[in-house]
Amino acid sequence: MNSAETLSRNTILDAVRANQPAAPPMPTVPHFHTNQPADLVTTFCESVARMAGVVVTDDVPDLDSFLRAKFPDAKIICSAIPEYAGTMKPANLNHWSEASTIDVCVLRSPMGVAETGSILLSDVELQVNTIALLAHDLVVLLDPKQIVANIHDAYEHPHFKLRPYSLLMTGPSGSGDIGGIVVHPAQGAKTLTILLSPTPNASERTG
Amino acid sequence: MQVALMVPCYIDMFYPHVGIATLELLERLGVDVVYPKEQTRCGQPMANSAGMTGANFVVAETGAIVVATNEGNADLSANTPPLHICSVGIEKIIPTTESLAVFIRLLARSAIGDTITQYTSTFRGPRKGAAMHVILVDNGRSARLGMKRFWHSLKCIRCAACMNTCPVYRRSGGLSYGSTYMGPIGIIMMPTFEIRKYSELFFSSTLNGSCTNVCPVKIDIHEQIYGWREVMEENDQIQVVKKEAMRVADEVLSHPALYQVATTTLSTALEVIPHFAVYNRLNAWGKYRDVPEAARETFHEWYRNHRPKTDEVPAA
Repeated sequence: MNSAETLSRNTILDAVRANQPAAPPMPTVPHFHTNQPADLVTTFCESVARMAGVVVTDDVPDLDSFLRAKFPDAKIICSAIPEYAGTMKPANLNHWSEASTIDVCVLRSPMGVAETGSILLSDVELQVNTIALLAHDLVVLLDPKQIVANIHDAYEHPHFKLRPYSLLMTGPSGSGDIGGIVVHPAQGAKTLTILLSPTPNASERTG
Repeated sequence: MQVALMVPCYIDMFYPHVGIATLELLERLGVDVVYPKEQTRCGQPMANSAGMTGANFVVAETGAIVVATNEGNADLSANTPPLHICSVGIEKIIPTTESLAVFIRLLARSAIGDTITQYTSTFRGPRKGAAMHVILVDNGRSARLGMKRFWHSLKCIRCAACMNTCPVYRRSGGLSYGSTYMGPIGIIMMPTFEIRKYSELFFSSTLNGSCTNVCPVKIDIHEQIYGWREVMEENDQIQVVKKEAMRVADEVLSHPALYQVATTTLSTALEVIPHFAVYNRLNAWGKYRDVPEAARETFHEWYRNHRPKTDEVPAA
């Protein structure tokens, strides 16, 4: 830290301290669970649909044939989950801008939010963060047991305090207008499909 | 040879003639040009060596910067190049991740009318091998914090609800404010950056209070607009012409009979007054705008003709 930086920082901090209005005590933030929906999965599906995402609630026994049927033109299918090979893995990307070559990327999210229809993706799940933006179509597996009620519950997830990058993604990329979905896609992913699928146990994962 | 023409957003919106000239030139050279209509991104962040973003919030507890976008453009700029520079005002700092939940709820509902934006991201540091810098900007904010009457404007979370509801903003549009922040919130923010330049912005308001009603962080916007008018008057920052116009308006508006005459004669007057008399140096409002055509009949006249019974407000 050079002296000029320290100087300007101290100038700002001193001015703030001198002008700071008297602060009331920090309130305890409630979780607002009084209107909690009875069925988190149903609410989650409705919220995702509102933001132009798709939730598949039926069991998908064979992921590969599901993807081939849904995205018949896809050539590069990147798999960021251990139980599926795809045509490539995020580790194969040399530069983060190369994620734009991906047609479909398969991920697993550790949390869904019923109130908003969001899924959590961090650098752990993405491995290459730009996948959430540059892959054309995203397919995200989510354990229905890992859906929380609202955004207050969501921000309790340890990712927000531990990971360098945590994204709450809600539907595919949209436009900055009222409702936010006039233009699809605006910059990022074109489609977002969420498969409700229980987390595989350890033995299945290694199989 | 077939060429697909890419017209980036900046050219599309601000310099469309550049796109037209490019197209015509290529066509004249005999090139078969196609224009894919669904193009939305130029791919610039893919090649850049640094990406700049702002931040909607900064969390003191974790050092995280939080960015909310619909498109994902901030995430693209922050994640693709090896260097992420974030420039953010000091008032965006909030205490904890717990309080972030409150602000994300407020922001999305008041900005886009939904529960959250498509990409709501938290950056706590750079990825391996990359760098991240955060620039905390003061630019008059710490001074505003000391203004007893105006510091509440620092609570602004930039949702734009006050603009969407403002009858002035809805008709004039953002560019007419000539400032970085526009609408009601711009009116009370800009003078703390440059008091002289924005000394007359406060007149772009009817003081109807709609902005204050919708503000999710309870800023008394219209009362601050009025407050700034008083400050400008005290500091003698208001033009003589405007002052004289205000004096005449005060006279006319405090005498109902005089007001009736003024409004009824306006339409006739506008027809006969020569253009230069309406649009001259004294009429700053008409510099870039035309006065709307006055109606044949004022509401007052219509009311008198259609509701002949007198319904004077009884004296208290």
